Amino acid sequence: MSDFLLELASHPLGARLIKTLGLPKPITLARVKGGILAPPLQGKMALLAGAAGGYAEECLHAALLRAGATVAKVDSDDVVQRLDILVFDATGCTSPAALRALYEGFHAQMRRLAQNARILIVANEPSRASDPVAAASARAIEGFMRSLAKEVGRQGVCVNLAYAPHDALGQLGGLLGFFVGERASYVTGQVVHVDNRVAAPMVSTQIQPLAGKVALVTGAARGIGQAIVQRLAEDGARLVCLDVDTARDPLYETAARWNGLPLVVDVASAGAGAVLTKFLMQKTQGVDIVVHNAGITRDKTLANMKPAQWDRVMAVNFAAIVAIDEALQHGGVLHDDGRVVCLSSISGVAGNYGQSNYAASKAALIGYVAARASMLAERGIAINAVAPGFIETPMTQKIPPLARELGRRINSLSQAGQPRDVAELVCFLASPGASGITGNTLRVCGQAMMGA
Amino acid sequence: MKQTSPRRVAIVGAKRIPFARSNTTYAHLSNKTLLTDTLRGLVEHYNLQGDLLGEVVGGAVMKHARDWNLVRECVLSSGLHPNTPAYDIQQACGTGLEATIAVANKIALGQIDVGIACGSDTTSDVPVAIHPQLQRILMDINGAKSMTGRVKGLLRAIRPQYLMPEFPVNAEPRSGKSMGQHAEITAQRFGIGREEQDALALMSHRNLAAAYEAGFYEDLVMPYGGLDSDNNLRPDSTPEKLAKLPPAFDRKAGTITAANASPLTDGASAVLLATEEWAQQHDLPVLAWFVGAETAAVDFIDEREGLLMAPAYAVPRLLKRHGVKLQDFDYYEIHEAFAAVVLCTLAAWDSAEFCRDKLGLSHALGAIDRSRLNVKGGAVAAGHPFAATGGRVVGTLAKILSEAGRGRGLISICAAGGQGVTAILER
Repeated sequence: MSDFLLELASHPLGARLIKTLGLPKPITLARVKGGILAPPLQGKMALLAGAAGGYAEECLHAALLRAGATVAKVDSDDVVQRLDILVFDATGCTSPAALRALYEGFHAQMRRLAQNARILIVANEPSRASDPVAAASARAIEGFMRSLAKEVGRQGVCVNLAYAPHDALGQLGGLLGFFVGERASYVTGQVVHVDNRVAAPMVSTQIQPLAGKVALVTGAARGIGQAIVQRLAEDGARLVCLDVDTARDPLYETAARWNGLPLVVDVASAGAGAVLTKFLMQKTQGVDIVVHNAGITRDKTLANMKPAQWDRVMAVNFAAIVAIDEALQHGGVLHDDGRVVCLSSISGVAGNYGQSNYAASKAALIGYVAARASMLAERGIAINAVAPGFIETPMTQKIPPLARELGRRINSLSQAGQPRDVAELVCFLASPGASGITGNTLRVCGQAMMGA
Repeated sequence: MKQTSPRRVAIVGAKRIPFARSNTTYAHLSNKTLLTDTLRGLVEHYNLQGDLLGEVVGGAVMKHARDWNLVRECVLSSGLHPNTPAYDIQQACGTGLEATIAVANKIALGQIDVGIACGSDTTSDVPVAIHPQLQRILMDINGAKSMTGRVKGLLRAIRPQYLMPEFPVNAEPRSGKSMGQHAEITAQRFGIGREEQDALALMSHRNLAAAYEAGFYEDLVMPYGGLDSDNNLRPDSTPEKLAKLPPAFDRKAGTITAANASPLTDGASAVLLATEEWAQQHDLPVLAWFVGAETAAVDFIDEREGLLMAPAYAVPRLLKRHGVKLQDFDYYEIHEAFAAVVLCTLAAWDSAEFCRDKLGLSHALGAIDRSRLNVKGGAVAAGHPFAATGGRVVGTLAKILSEAGRGRGLISICAAGGQGVTAILER
């Protein structure tokens, strides 16, 4: 799954050729091998800035230090040549005049950003603002963030926005390490709504955060599912790898490689919930993390679509997830403080030609996690969706070359993501530290233009 | 130092894929694939995913050099805990039963609590070797230290006759005779006729067909590669049809035909053995107990004894050790390598002369109730993937005993090289 342009751009001569031809010039994104074995921001130079009157700066400062970063302050005399991380507390931006702090805070730093730097802006949740002007100002930050992400994407820099009301400050520490760390390699231009519905863990460890957890991954045999299995295993989780009969060989190999338990079940079959319940209770005494990754496509324009193509996609991508969650919830199989992650899709966000069935089923998951979050919160369980954009997988390899090339480029990073990028986000959402995020749909798409 | 006393060994489960005649359904599948998938079937059926077992023992008779560690490789892809040890054994057609004995013995001695005995064979994917002289030359080239040595070797390697590959043959290395030729000679010695052999073959097909019909094999045989049952099975065979076939090994006076011999077959099987305690802990009922075993070999050079007659020697020793008579069994699983072998073995036990001269007994062991013989079919009907036959027989007999609720069964399997492996199951 090679990206010719990316390879070309990594050679000096090729880079000149690309410039001459006026082609997009993607940079090689920073990615991390293996699990989290050290504080995530160790060795990174971070700058913490903010608008006057904000409430998050102190908390962010402590979180940066805890995650291992070296923190410089704007008003200090430190001369920082290269910034790996820029964290901006915009909770004080409550009026048009106060928004000027964004211009001032970022303008001076733009040329100091290192390649693959990370920017996180924290602002008040617009719906929780004290008045319409403050709400509008908070909402303005989203437009600012999205534009910034497009401007710095060429350098592999990822920019995201966390809307965190005052009562959710305690949750910021858990998510900062991911959003300004190297593992957020293809997550940019995203808004995450932080709240306090799911209690933050009493003790959270940054290293091997999933040690002692049991994780179920459906569709685990290949592609993104396989990458998720690997990533969860690297962080210490014990895996149950599920896939269908036709994927038996790759499923067993994936399970063997990551010391997981293979389980051959069609998630859409009538007894799937019962089979899973029995298996998980007998083999692992329940489950802490459920990743609903299994999904299928049956692409046809609506005019040409057979009823079975509609039905099957809906059964596997939507109904099966609901049924399995019900079974695991009622059987007491899903433990308290658990995490559920549903794999949605950019098609679900934006719609796609020939995918009315698929897009409907994937959009359903966006609504599902939003509606289900409050029901699960009292047990400490967070549920979120991840919507991958164009990812280099066997599935996208089948797209005709021209369309594939276009799909790769129409995002802020000018390249496709890797299954690993999706796995990183899923793994973060599966961790105890992600307690502040529930009911969200996060895209891992390099800020794709589709559905933006 | 603590010394453990022997423990009872339970047969807890068994699984096999349907057996397929050579070069049919499984023509393009390797031993590794067949055995891995069979182990997975057993693992999934008995919920053994991630379980650390004491040992997995098995083998294949026709084996590629690259499969030198076949069983361990298969275990690593089986869903069992990767720390489960495994090793390969090979005792021709006795491989599967010998593997069962190996596992059972370790369980009995307290060395392991649970294990799997398995076997696989395919005569569709046999190792084809190069000419032995060419092989020698290539090894020399490989070991040559100088370029001249290598070039010299290469020149020696160019001979037209070296282009002919060498296929493995179903013949005894010491006698040069095929197994069928040996069996034919023994049949003539015991005066076993064609009709008698055809009748036994017909019974094999009818018993196997009836067992499938009754759903007996539903949990023992897993659907595989599009097959639900053994594709050699001919439920509608008749004495007339069998009578039409020409003799296969002795055109004039022969009695063995393609229909009363087991065919070349592809397949794999696995048996789960454990202590009673392990079975209880895993909520698995005990099908039968593995009571004892005996192996024998005979000197078949120049037909001093029939090549496939070793079980006739092993069983009397086994009976004596356990203090039972040949007639004290409710079921007999006597391996149908050829229908003639079963009949020769029974004739030998019923012969005062054989029992006196060959076994040193004062009187004949006597006849058995034929209605208790191979009641769910034998290798003539099911086929005979060499190393997989033992697992098929052990699994089948264990289930027969489990369904009956009580009883005793005798297993007798003849093997190449003049060997025989026998065992007793009980419930």
